[in-house]
Amino acid sequence: MTMVGINESVKRREDPRLISGQGKYVDDIRLPGMLHLSLVRSPHAHARIKRVDVSRASKMDGVVAIFTGADLQEQLGSLPAGWVLPDLKQPKHPPLAVDKVRYVGDAVAAVVASAPYLAADAARAVKVTYESLPAIVDAEKATKRGAPILHEGNADAGGAPNNVAFDWEVNGGDYAAAAKKADVVVRERIVNQRLIPNAMEPRGVVADYEPASGQLTMWTSTQIPHLLRLLFALVTGHPEHKLRVIAPDVGGGFGSKLYIYAEEVITGIVAKQLGRPVKWIEGRQENYLATTHGRDHITDVEICGNKDGTITGISCEVNANLGAYLSTFAPLIPTILFGIMLVGVYKLENVKCKVRGAFTNTTPVDAYRGAGRPEATYLVERMVDRFADAVGRDPVAVRRKNMIPAFKRGKAVATGVKYDSGDYKKALDKALEMLDYPKFKVEQRAARKEGKLLGIGFSTYIEICGMAPSAVASSLGAGAGLWESSLVRIHPTGKATVYTGTSPHGQGHYTSMSQIVSSQLGIPMEDVEVVHGDTAAQQFGTGTFGSRSVVVGGSALYMSLQKVVAKARKLAAHQMGVPEKQVQFANGRFVVEDVPDKSMSFPDIALQCYLAKDLPKGMEPGLEAVSFFDPENFTWPFGCHVAVVEIDEETGDTKLVRYVGVDDVGKVINPMIVDGMVHGGVAQGVGQALVEQAVYSNDGQLLSGSMMDYAVPTAEMFPNFETARTETPSPTNPLGVKGAGETGTIAASPAVINAVVDALSHLGVTHIDMPATSEKVWRLIQGAKEERRKARQGSRNGRKR
Amino acid sequence: MSYMITMRVNGVEHTAHVEARLLLSHLIRDVLDLTGTHIGCDTSSCGACTVLVNGQAVKSCTMFAVQANGADITTVEGLAKDGKYHPVQQAFWDQHGLQCGFCTPGMIITTVALLKKSPKPTEAEIRAGLRGNLCRCTGYHNIVKAVQAAAEARRSS
Repeated sequence: MTMVGINESVKRREDPRLISGQGKYVDDIRLPGMLHLSLVRSPHAHARIKRVDVSRASKMDGVVAIFTGADLQEQLGSLPAGWVLPDLKQPKHPPLAVDKVRYVGDAVAAVVASAPYLAADAARAVKVTYESLPAIVDAEKATKRGAPILHEGNADAGGAPNNVAFDWEVNGGDYAAAAKKADVVVRERIVNQRLIPNAMEPRGVVADYEPASGQLTMWTSTQIPHLLRLLFALVTGHPEHKLRVIAPDVGGGFGSKLYIYAEEVITGIVAKQLGRPVKWIEGRQENYLATTHGRDHITDVEICGNKDGTITGISCEVNANLGAYLSTFAPLIPTILFGIMLVGVYKLENVKCKVRGAFTNTTPVDAYRGAGRPEATYLVERMVDRFADAVGRDPVAVRRKNMIPAFKRGKAVATGVKYDSGDYKKALDKALEMLDYPKFKVEQRAARKEGKLLGIGFSTYIEICGMAPSAVASSLGAGAGLWESSLVRIHPTGKATVYTGTSPHGQGHYTSMSQIVSSQLGIPMEDVEVVHGDTAAQQFGTGTFGSRSVVVGGSALYMSLQKVVAKARKLAAHQMGVPEKQVQFANGRFVVEDVPDKSMSFPDIALQCYLAKDLPKGMEPGLEAVSFFDPENFTWPFGCHVAVVEIDEETGDTKLVRYVGVDDVGKVINPMIVDGMVHGGVAQGVGQALVEQAVYSNDGQLLSGSMMDYAVPTAEMFPNFETARTETPSPTNPLGVKGAGETGTIAASPAVINAVVDALSHLGVTHIDMPATSEKVWRLIQGAKEERRKARQGSRNGRKR
Repeated sequence: MSYMITMRVNGVEHTAHVEARLLLSHLIRDVLDLTGTHIGCDTSSCGACTVLVNGQAVKSCTMFAVQANGADITTVEGLAKDGKYHPVQQAFWDQHGLQCGFCTPGMIITTVALLKKSPKPTEAEIRAGLRGNLCRCTGYHNIVKAVQAAAEARRSS
């Protein structure tokens, strides 16, 4: 029996299944009579479909049916954006393309056969005749006059003139005035490259339709079963109550499974058409084309301030690449989740931010771990370093000088939002202490004398989590409420089954939620079952993303547990014949105050609730409670991450030699799980900084189209991470938690790039775009040396004259 | 045309008629229904499908099923003995060496082979030994710790 509380590193309850091969992911589901679906995808980035010839394919072995976009146009509908900004252009997004393809990988036809190999064979035999059109892949060039137009026609006709999906801005203070008054203005053009999320499990769907009842059941690798059911119903007209969506074990998501996808609609509708179970499993190369990508910003940024190190403003103009169509949350990521974060942890009064979202002939771009906040944090933390360099001050000193002082409850910042609680200097101090910064500075000087390139980089980041106060989200464009739900069901034996609307894919909710229950009811963790990811089992829930599950879902669970305890206490008082206020509840027992031997256990009370032979007047039998928690504010985790890199001057190879991460995620349920998520997040952030990049050719071919071409980080890239925490509870939820899923990814990229630039700073290097591959670093070193040589020569020549 | 093949998988003899092009990974999953072996890519990059073939760690998507004719194969389902986890499985659990669990079977099998070859690996050897297995959740930090703990457990048992 494990009685646990919160803030305890208990081993995960989900692991016995997963270490023994008993996990059940979508591809592990087999149904009698199940068919296999393979998609014919466009090899062109931009083309008109002239003809789809299925005559040869349909005669092939095992083929049951082939559907083109024209065949199912009506049934499949159009995939909507779930976040609608003012004046957003929303072109149609047919799950199977009908007259035009707009990126390599756009689905054109669905082939259904009795076995996966046969479906793939036949898909290859479908002959599509295309009329190729010029393509555009660059977000900045896409909105220039003369660029090929993806969605033709004016906005009323569903077009997107000039490929612009939206223009969005946020302003605080008066940046222009601040820049005019400032001693120093530093400008930079920064590219935040496109990334491929790479959840280790590719996506997959199994759909099973029962014609007699009209019931459609879908197993899909998703982070949002309930939202998906709602969206599927809206898109296809299939009644919501006749659709059951199940997210079984999900092998990672990182934002990439947070949408309604074409394949979910196609597989569901095809199963309905055929009246037989249908499975679609994504291959990895297919995943690189058909699953959303992340980031892809081109930004002109400015920071301004005074010689004493005071920063007074930041301004940026962003061209955000949205890909060929609007993915579900695409409009949210480069706008709200980005723009409002540009203050960072600093007393920055003047902010100006303009974002233009552009359609291009590339895979749709949406949230990828961090989603908007890494882009903002990278700009802010990179530019703080640039500013420190420009005013000749230590970047740590500049950060400290400009930091917002500690506060416990609510701090309004220039972008119009209110941070919940923070103590930014404390996290910085802790990181410096772990690092021994003065000692490092001495080492760095010694290393440079020996010709070694050693650099250190800081990132004192902040993020926005715990999505979200629904009214606020809705006013900003959300198409759904972002509260979270729970149901706590106590069984007559005192054991508990809890149902959460969140839907984990590696975050360990079975364990963390069990800990919350155990801590509140005083029953062992083994007596708690946590049910998630099945729309037939749970009340509506929003799902797992934006580091929200424990913040919003955990709080909803906490609320239900309080309701259960309140009812149980009332019954205990009644049955022990004392006033309710005399009954204490501790360690799973209701005890009469000052009469320790007069008590009832929680299971005793649970049984009494169901026997119902002696209930107080007006009390209903049974013991369960449901709650919907809608927080008053977001949460704002923060911290300080530090990277130390060593660069090989001869090869440009950058090695991460030390990594210190101090996070403040408020209260913590399971420190082991939080540490684990930080490690993984850091690895993704370091991956972006050093090796990862999705590359398109100018004609729209994805050149980094397989795991052999896209650098997913390996174990060899990393040192052991040194992590620690400070704890500033959030006042916006009853658990005081802030969310911990994304800190590492948000913090790491700028820390690493700041370290790379620091290592090269004595050569005159002030910026390098991600990823800092060895080739890029080598070229930069050679360029810098050449500059110096020329400068030396110039000054010698000058002296001669 | 199909071929009859016979192999021992997790100590049990299996016979199957397969197409020449069937990958070993698909045989294991789709014919033998051992779904603990996962498929995470199509370029033999990710290592999720790693199994032991005659004691050697092999990415089962790099072999045709017919090439494994007569082989002795161990998948993640075959590691536990007498109701007790293999020390490597136990170490992955104890050290929180997994999150979503999708890469885990491959990681565990690779570790079993790694420790057989190198019972006392240094951290650098462990990281190099895991080069062929990708994980997107853990940053490898706790996986390395799990391998170290398993090596320790192996020595003391």
